[in-house]
Amino acid sequence: MNLINKNSVIQRMNSRLRKNNIFKVLFFAATIFCMLILGILIYRVFSQGLSHLNIDFFQNYASRRPENAGIKAALIGSIWLMAVTAPVSIVLGVSTAIYLEEYAKVNKFTSFIKVNISNLAGVPSIVFGLLGLTIFVRALELNRSVLAAALTMSLLVLPVIIVSSQEAIRAVPKSLREASYGMGATKWQTIVRVVLPAAIPGIATGAILALSRAIGETAPLVVVGIPMFVAFLPKTVFDTFTVLPMQIYNWTSRPQEAFQYVAAAGIIVLLALLIIMNAVAVYIRNKFQNRY
Amino acid sequence: MEQKQQETSLVRRLIHEKKQKGKNYKFEKIVPYLLLAAAVVSVLTTIGIVVTLIFETYEFFTRVSIVEFFTSREWYPFSASDPSYGVMPLIVGTLKVTLIASIVAIPIGLAVAIFLSEYASDKTRRIVKPILEVLAGVPTIVYGFFALTFVTPLLREIFPSLEIFNALSPGIVIGIMIIPMIASLSEDALVAVPNSIREGAYALGATKLETTFKVILPAAISGIMAAIILALSRAIGETMIVSVAAGATPSMGWDVTSSIQTMTSYIVQVSTGDAGFGSTIYYSIYAVGMTLFVFTLSMNLLAQYISRKFREEY
Repeated sequence: MNLINKNSVIQRMNSRLRKNNIFKVLFFAATIFCMLILGILIYRVFSQGLSHLNIDFFQNYASRRPENAGIKAALIGSIWLMAVTAPVSIVLGVSTAIYLEEYAKVNKFTSFIKVNISNLAGVPSIVFGLLGLTIFVRALELNRSVLAAALTMSLLVLPVIIVSSQEAIRAVPKSLREASYGMGATKWQTIVRVVLPAAIPGIATGAILALSRAIGETAPLVVVGIPMFVAFLPKTVFDTFTVLPMQIYNWTSRPQEAFQYVAAAGIIVLLALLIIMNAVAVYIRNKFQNRY
Repeated sequence: MEQKQQETSLVRRLIHEKKQKGKNYKFEKIVPYLLLAAAVVSVLTTIGIVVTLIFETYEFFTRVSIVEFFTSREWYPFSASDPSYGVMPLIVGTLKVTLIASIVAIPIGLAVAIFLSEYASDKTRRIVKPILEVLAGVPTIVYGFFALTFVTPLLREIFPSLEIFNALSPGIVIGIMIIPMIASLSEDALVAVPNSIREGAYALGATKLETTFKVILPAAISGIMAAIILALSRAIGETMIVSVAAGATPSMGWDVTSSIQTMTSYIVQVSTGDAGFGSTIYYSIYAVGMTLFVFTLSMNLLAQYISRKFREEY
């Protein structure tokens, strides 16, 4: 007697396999869709913006006439913003990471700091803008300065830098530390001369990625009140200024269609900055890859 | 004579070193406190956010009743004669955009995650993952530009009744923006399911698809749920895409073809306008910001709870 009906098994197997293949194609199509979107996005930006991208575009300030509009103030402003944000956020972030990984005792306060950092990472960037507006712009009376914007931005990217630095420090093998202690080094000497150099690639990569988020961030700066139409360069950190994403936002939201092309040209400059920063991150990661 | 000189210099050096050591030792003691001070900055940031929001929101509620804020169905803060502050239209606008985003992002994000963890070869993964990272790193203002200048015109070809500012286009683009987040966090959850379980299913004769849907997904569901909630919380807080492409008309209806306003785009509208410091409108952005903060914080806490509580341990 035949317990198994072979025909029905073969039939069912075929339909199961077909379903398997159909879904395989669907999953693959979803992945292709993502790449396609990125391709279209880049193609659109370049096809619209390249014609506007010339020397004048870098030398001109913002203008009411699209053909005269330039990106000088925004580009220099973004560099100013990074010049203040980078040291503040990296010093605070790496110090916090060192504290949490090397010094902090396992107690309620430490776990509170850790929970706090992970929740801070989920706070919408616009809420950081409200914080910056109240504390830095109004209470500390920094007004709409480079410093107010940069401090707001530093707090925004701080959680990212802390977490990536923590991972980098944790990845340094214990044997290195033990060897350093064995040579008579103190804890701080060990951290500065052994742990940090070994963790630098990870820390630098994380920091650059965090800063590349800061350079493209718009919402908190809108709330802080950074102007969008600026025809001068800041001389000190207490001067007002504008940045690339704000300038792009301004051009995008103008009704004249010609400004769309100017916005696209601005986006090309912003994306170029991001690509440079990411390339540096990849280079550091590969060049200083630790071999233990 | 010369020897004596050498000896004294040796002693001096030893004394000097000893002194240096003492200095170092003091420094060793101070360092942890300096580092702790840096760590406290992140705590202060949280406290700063909460205190700021509470104080300014309180100021707002001394001018506008809290009952009106939560029950009124109209949001007309700029009306000079009869301003109305009911946050519901802004919440509805936000949820509408988030819903559209989730319809786009959840299926596609999960499909990408499944493809990467179950189907793709190592080589494919090495190509796809950096591209997803790039997609995740695109500034939101660029997505806003993309929504306004590409997706909206494209949709208007299909639905001619679509307004220039609408909920559909920014919703779809926010969905695209959070796909990488859902994909990479879900992929982490899927990869964490041990291979033995996968091979057990194959050994029973299951196809790859059956293994994925009936064994792997249920095992990784807590991580996937957490990923989705985190991504949606990100969508709720997204600002620039809606500011650029969704317009500024608070509305209660569920129509996706017309202009809307979200909580975030209201804050932007006020910030770019000329509402003076100290006016009711100025304080209203804190009340809206507080509502937004409560939304995203509770979603983040929910995500943490789910991934902790329902994690399958192998």
